[in-house]
Amino acid sequence: MFESPTIAEFLAQSNLASTLPATLLLAWTLLLVLVDLFAGEEREHWTPIAACLGLGLSFLANVFVYSPAAAEQVALYGMFVADAFTGFLNAVILVATFIAVLMSRDYLKRAEIHRGEFYILALISSAGAMFMVGANDLIIVFVALELLSIPLYILAAFRSIKNDGSDLALKSEESGMKYFILGAFSSAFLVFGAALVYGATGTTSIPQIFEIAGSIVGATSSAAFYLLVGVALLIVGLGFKVAVVPFHMWTPDVYEGAPTPVTAFMSVTAKIGGFAALLRVLITGLSVLVLADSEVAVWQATATLIAILTLILGNFVAISQRNLKRMLAYSSIAHAGYIMVAVAAAGSAVIANAATQGALVYMMAYMFTNLGAFAVVMSIERVDGSGGNIDDLNGLAQSRPLMAMAMTIFMLSLTGVPLTAGFVGKFMIFSAAVQAGLFGLAVIGVLTSVVSAFYYIRVVVNMYLRDHEGELIPALETRYVRLAINVALAGTLVFGIFYPLATNLVSMVSIA
Amino acid sequence: MDVTGLSLTTITLFLPIVGLAILLFMNGETHRGSLKWVAFATSIVTFVASVLMWINFDPGSAELQMVQRNTWAEITLGESVINVSYFVGVDGISMLLVLLTTFIMPIAILGSFGSHIFEERGREKLYYIFLMLLEWSMIGVFVVHDLIIFYVFWEVTLVPMYFLIGIWGSEDRIYAAVKFFLYTMAGSILMLIAILYVGNRSGTFSTYSAGGDVGVIERVQTFDGEGTYWDALGPEGEDTGFLLNSVESFLFLGFLIAFAIKVPIFPFHSWLPDAHVQAPTAGSVILAGVLLKMGTYGIVRFNLNLFPEATVAWAPTIAFLGVVGIIYGAWVSYAQDNVKKLVAYSSVSHLGFVVVGIFALNAQGLQGATLQMVNHGISTGGLFLIVGMLYERWHTKEMADYGGVWKAMPLFGAISLVISLSSMGLPGLNGFIGEFTILLGSLGSDYLGFAFTLFATLGVILAAVYLLKMFQHVFMGELRNPLSSEDGYTLAWYEKAAYIPIIIMVFWMGLQPIVFFNLLDVSVDKIVALFVR
Repeated sequence: MFESPTIAEFLAQSNLASTLPATLLLAWTLLLVLVDLFAGEEREHWTPIAACLGLGLSFLANVFVYSPAAAEQVALYGMFVADAFTGFLNAVILVATFIAVLMSRDYLKRAEIHRGEFYILALISSAGAMFMVGANDLIIVFVALELLSIPLYILAAFRSIKNDGSDLALKSEESGMKYFILGAFSSAFLVFGAALVYGATGTTSIPQIFEIAGSIVGATSSAAFYLLVGVALLIVGLGFKVAVVPFHMWTPDVYEGAPTPVTAFMSVTAKIGGFAALLRVLITGLSVLVLADSEVAVWQATATLIAILTLILGNFVAISQRNLKRMLAYSSIAHAGYIMVAVAAAGSAVIANAATQGALVYMMAYMFTNLGAFAVVMSIERVDGSGGNIDDLNGLAQSRPLMAMAMTIFMLSLTGVPLTAGFVGKFMIFSAAVQAGLFGLAVIGVLTSVVSAFYYIRVVVNMYLRDHEGELIPALETRYVRLAINVALAGTLVFGIFYPLATNLVSMVSIA
Repeated sequence: MDVTGLSLTTITLFLPIVGLAILLFMNGETHRGSLKWVAFATSIVTFVASVLMWINFDPGSAELQMVQRNTWAEITLGESVINVSYFVGVDGISMLLVLLTTFIMPIAILGSFGSHIFEERGREKLYYIFLMLLEWSMIGVFVVHDLIIFYVFWEVTLVPMYFLIGIWGSEDRIYAAVKFFLYTMAGSILMLIAILYVGNRSGTFSTYSAGGDVGVIERVQTFDGEGTYWDALGPEGEDTGFLLNSVESFLFLGFLIAFAIKVPIFPFHSWLPDAHVQAPTAGSVILAGVLLKMGTYGIVRFNLNLFPEATVAWAPTIAFLGVVGIIYGAWVSYAQDNVKKLVAYSSVSHLGFVVVGIFALNAQGLQGATLQMVNHGISTGGLFLIVGMLYERWHTKEMADYGGVWKAMPLFGAISLVISLSSMGLPGLNGFIGEFTILLGSLGSDYLGFAFTLFATLGVILAAVYLLKMFQHVFMGELRNPLSSEDGYTLAWYEKAAYIPIIIMVFWMGLQPIVFFNLLDVSVDKIVALFVR
């Protein structure tokens, strides 16, 4: 029955070279374990350095494997696809992890929870995200999702390793637990959805689903029903991961309780992984899910509804938040809504690629901006965890002018003001929505942007227009944190001012 | 035609950025004394560059001049590729407004030379950086002809103005700044959707044709199918369900609301008094002088050119709002006890005239409207300078606290009288020319009735009422609150210097308006040709 393949066949079929960035990073984490083990107490800074080195190597590998000229390749027996989409998101994930590592070291040391495992877990998680963006099979989607999520559960609870019974440790533990339970719950949805899709189509490979689904949906059969239910469950499962309404309930608590660098990291990587899988499954796999006398995919209506709910709830609830981390948590829900606008637009076949490109640029812009904003929030936080309220930013422009300027640019970028990366992303997404004929969605999108301006601008108001009362916050503005902020700032501005840069980077992306 | 070479427009546009870069590298503490000089010098050089543009400008040509167009990005959307390009150039209308911008800017900077706000709030370097950024973005709004880049400049003007009000404003500055930001952003972001639609459906974001590319305006105006261009491109067989039931009308409103908030057209004006009253003097001068004109300019440039049918359909409605603005603004202005608020509401009234002029949709109306934009910039800018200088000395904005200023400061009183009379529209001064031409235009309009002219004329009378009330309360009578030292009554050199160009312009435009009308003739005729019945 099973013929054991020859080595040559195995190598050709698995095509490991194409998966190099992700596999290299995963292998590097094993090395990192050893480094951490033997480095000892006084050389504990070796682990973060080695982690950065690994990220750099993986980035180099990514550049070589995904040069624009390279053709699309499949690897791992067709379960992994190495195309421009994968390459671009790999780079985004690596930069995100790099910024997160830079942010983490001094924060963890100050909180007395500095352990080498932190970096190992972060790298495993980003390797998981990198597998997820290249997943060409529902099984890989699931495995990569777990690889991405499980380290994040631990990281969210990372503060509880210093078991002093403090409020912070408890909150962190709660955060990890909540994330774990809801994550497991959503994985179950995902797996059940995948099983139903498999039942209907007889395959888990996304391109094959594409070939079969079209004929199924045309016929009135139970297979069509299972397929539709399966797709719905897949959307629910991934919707939990990317935190769109109504699957967002866990976000604020988890974001608030987790150590701030972890919050920053997971608000970016988990979303990128989740949206990448969602785009692949819906566009590559299920764009043929078109009912009779309709031109758009069935799931467009669902995606539109989710996007509208997410935009409205995320932005309006963010207004009432006084805690910066919670505010950014709701704002990240809102940004998931904007990416969802692109997903919805991709339901119209002609502009599926344009919408995907918009989503990718948006994710990149969001990555730089959100990490930067979290880095600033992290550095004004006090050791006891207080100081993260919006009023604690008062007078920051006087005490820390550079940081305040950076934060202002991040806030403008999140609002979507021109000359920042956020605008480029919003512009591409709304273009796609308009092109797809989703005017209502586009109008709601821009109107909620105005709502978001209200709470983002409040941050700027507090930094520049109000004066500080009481003692100054001893900001954690070390060399590495500043570097993290600068990298994020550079990304936000460069991609915002040199508009063609972003569009050229994604111009090769085509997954429809 | 080669249009990718460096043009004078580009040079003028980016000169403020050069100043900004120099300021950025200066130390805010050790070089504190020279900050203002760098900003002032930059604004003067920019002004000289814009005058060079004027000299090079051929008023006989209806085409854009000093054009530069470089492709900036290509967006692939579905099957179409849409270019976003850096596309600058000027026609008569743009030229005049660029000149207004570069003219007001040095005056605004001079107006903040001796200001007390830096002693209180500091951050002088940041202040001048924001002024430079503001000048750059305002010139940008007037010279770019690519919708996306236009939107970028349009939005960027918000940021420096927001900080100018928010950091260096008076007591309620935060409220005013946030209100200003949100209000204008809400309007402009709707415009973004309309812009995206225009670009996606027509296939280009360039409004004019250049270098072989056909711009949207030409596509609209040479369209000879059934119905209108936009309806032909619109969603097939779908009932949009909006007013007048056409795509074009919907797009027209998308643009108009953004501009109406900026102008502001009644009933979108409520941010204006707050912003004006709280803003520092230079902020008020620029806000009244240039920023509000971005709205009226946008209506002329985009609404009229891109959506001629919708313009015709909406003209009476918008012009009616303009007339309401004229009377309402004047009425409310009369009721104010706060000098700055009085001048702020007078802007609502004066810009109502501009709106009526535009929607008269004939040559006189449009020429008058454009000239009135400039006139209002000069006169109201001057009035805000006066208010600012009064405030520097007496530290109050209440009219009741003033009185008899003329006795103490006769030169200042005389200057103020001239500027107030110019704002009132006294024949022989600049205000008269604009208002008179607008009224002439509205009278001869095919689209507006006699009633519009009648009620607009009322506004001229009301303007005299509130401005004379202000003048009487502040300058006439006995000196009510003498200053502690006699030195306070003398005008510093920079204060005098700020008024000289204003007074020159007030008389020049009043006595020799033909110079400015010449600039506009051909450009306006080109637009008006769309609306000849």
